[in-house]
Amino acid sequence: MLTRRLFTKLSAAGLLSNAAASPVFAFAPTEKNLILINLKGAMDGLHALVPYADSDYRKLRPTLGLSGPGTKGGVLNLDGHFGLHPALQPLRALYFSKELLFIPAVSTQYRRRSHFEAQNMLQGGGASPYQQKTGWLNRAMIQMGMSPSRLGLSLGPTLPLIMQGRADVRMWSDSRLPQAGEDFLTRVGALYDDDPVLRKAFTQAQEDTASASMMSGMRLGNGRLELKTRAAVSILKENNGPRIAVIEAGGWDTHYAQERRLNKLFAELALAILLIKTELGESWKNTAVMVVSEFGRTAAENGSKGTDHGTGGLAILAGGSVKGGEIRGKWPGLSSRALLDNRDLAPANHLESVFKSTLIEHLGLSDSQVADHVFPDFESIPVITDLYQ
Amino acid sequence: MFSKETLIATNRFGLGANLDDISKARVDPKKWLKAQISLDHTSPKAFAGLATSRQLLEQAFLNRRIKDEDTKKKIRKIRRQQFNKALLARLINQIETQQPFAERLVMFWSNHFTVSRTRGFIGPAIPAYENEAIRPFIFGSFEDMLISVAQHPCMLIYLDNISSIGPNSIGGIRREKDLNENLAREFLELHTLGAQGDYTQSDVTNFAKILTGWTVVRRPKNQRVPAGTFQFDNRIHEPGPQRLLGKDFNQGRKAQGVEALKEIARQPATAKLIATKLVRHFVNDTPPARAVDMISRVFSETNGDLAEVSKALIKLEVAWQQTGTKIKSPEELVISTFRALRGEGPVSLPRRRLLFAALKSMGQEIFHAPSPAGWPDIEVEWVAPESLMRRIEWIHEISQQSSTPSRPLEIFKNTIAPFASDKTTRLIRGAPSREDGLALIFSSPAFQRR
Repeated sequence: MLTRRLFTKLSAAGLLSNAAASPVFAFAPTEKNLILINLKGAMDGLHALVPYADSDYRKLRPTLGLSGPGTKGGVLNLDGHFGLHPALQPLRALYFSKELLFIPAVSTQYRRRSHFEAQNMLQGGGASPYQQKTGWLNRAMIQMGMSPSRLGLSLGPTLPLIMQGRADVRMWSDSRLPQAGEDFLTRVGALYDDDPVLRKAFTQAQEDTASASMMSGMRLGNGRLELKTRAAVSILKENNGPRIAVIEAGGWDTHYAQERRLNKLFAELALAILLIKTELGESWKNTAVMVVSEFGRTAAENGSKGTDHGTGGLAILAGGSVKGGEIRGKWPGLSSRALLDNRDLAPANHLESVFKSTLIEHLGLSDSQVADHVFPDFESIPVITDLYQ
Repeated sequence: MFSKETLIATNRFGLGANLDDISKARVDPKKWLKAQISLDHTSPKAFAGLATSRQLLEQAFLNRRIKDEDTKKKIRKIRRQQFNKALLARLINQIETQQPFAERLVMFWSNHFTVSRTRGFIGPAIPAYENEAIRPFIFGSFEDMLISVAQHPCMLIYLDNISSIGPNSIGGIRREKDLNENLAREFLELHTLGAQGDYTQSDVTNFAKILTGWTVVRRPKNQRVPAGTFQFDNRIHEPGPQRLLGKDFNQGRKAQGVEALKEIARQPATAKLIATKLVRHFVNDTPPARAVDMISRVFSETNGDLAEVSKALIKLEVAWQQTGTKIKSPEELVISTFRALRGEGPVSLPRRRLLFAALKSMGQEIFHAPSPAGWPDIEVEWVAPESLMRRIEWIHEISQQSSTPSRPLEIFKNTIAPFASDKTTRLIRGAPSREDGLALIFSSPAFQRR
């Protein structure tokens, strides 16, 4: 473990870059927290927030469709039209205490059905796949002002595109490998002097280990959402620590046996959101949890009790900062005329609007910062107002 | 001392230099690589006694029907042991091989046609998938590799084709079943035309129809076709002609799929996608357009002859100009470290925890790519603060435990010495211990790159 003592020593020896070596820890520029949970593989929004009262719903999903409220295994009623999948039951209380809202039929501007292109647009925030080389959250953090203690936090050994860019990001992942000694690490630092890429990553890793000792004992398994969430929350609780965390959760590409798999994944997701609320305590009131996925799935079930790649999906916002208790945005319905290409829930709402609103209403960026620097390609896409307190 | 060409041949095209590699490659590095194309690479001796995918999948299908929990658990344990055995044999072969260029290409193509343990059912059979569907074809034709992958039970299960049923087939009508377009879409997007390719949703749907019936035996009807084997099942095959990429496919049964796969393999977009990925792997994260055009042309002109394509890669001048343009993936780092540490005798490896669990914490759990797109092949995806620290911790631990008879400076001389920076050389020479000396070699930029 790198200690603060070594960190100072390395700084003094000029082994760390200037920006990172500053001993002064300024205050983080915001007290607001944002935790973005990216459900990779395309979550079936229609199975989470179920339009049970829509007459076409059961026709499209004869075996996968959930029954109405009050029946065995049926949905939990929210507003007489939509119901919640029973495995998401813990979210229902948050909805009625106005700490959670849903935006159905939501999508980025992407209209083909590739996970990889769609994730690239979701994270890069560009108008076409691979157009943006940095992540929109990273561009937003630059606008929020640089801080020696980094604003961004990413869980896992590698950095997702949404967090890549000029603003440095804190990282955390577990390790069962024994730590290398201080003397050795100092020598490695010197090895990397002339290799900018390795030097930058190494320098950042040094700083992270300097303050993450409390996390020892936590083990990040194969993408277990709960552990990542616990790690994220405990780092967000640091004074002047990161404020914006990105957590990736896989397994949502349910082409087969969707019922069984989503039962488990929904329960894990609901638990993670509840955990954030409990563990953050007081700062929950300054927090927004944004749950998104690259697109939705086909309105109709496929031949193997699953669903294929679609378009309109579902976004969930939770937190004390959210104006909850509502289902927001337009609902296009499930009639064959309303479906996109006669197969997908139509993309009636823009995910970019939700992102913009989060940056402006929740994190306090100005309209022009967002328009000019974060989403330069989406000037014409409006903000959804009143998502946040 | 050895030449820059020797360094690049052994590290960028090979799997990491050692004394043996350098002494063989230094005379004529390009010839050393070319010779590997004609040697037999199909059954490495480390693989003797490994189970076939058919055996492993049959076991998995049978286990589904067993009710007794204890028996189930026992079988699961056996399956896990078989997987571990195959994983270890694969690593040993990658370390000991005399054809590191061929083994690198096996890894490249197996990653191109990723099958992942995210689908636990097929997990133990994935090393066998690589040996059966990929390995025999790396110097054969791309079309044959594509067809062999499309018929492999692991791929058919991984991308759900076994549950895709033609809605107008006998089985589809009787059981009211429908298509699952997962395999058809990923085949077009990831394996051939690429996401930028010129195809539509109806191409995806029609291709899915063409591929209905390409399935795996689950409950065997006779001894000759046991569970876990590929079969074409006409009862679930969507009848009638299909239109794909502007062409009509009027063949019936399995021939329709075979012809469609051949057509896709011949598309210029396929040549372009494969060329781009290969040039990215052997030249630079940002593939130079001229090099891509050259490889793409060879691919098209030879109808996807991968021996010719591999020779063309060796001939690419731009691949021989600059050292260290590519960061090693965690897997490449582990293989090259053990190749460097290896003496004359058989390789000795540490406990499993320091092999596959360590790779997982570096961000690359073997045969467990997060999606069908496989592992990334660019620097920014592999170099992050956390994963770099895991690399350094691993190197440190391996160096502490190493019983290599060679002195660090000998290993340095036979891997990267002529092209390490003065600073690296100074730090390695000034290492306080033998262990730290080794660890500094493997941590150095010249070793982390290829």
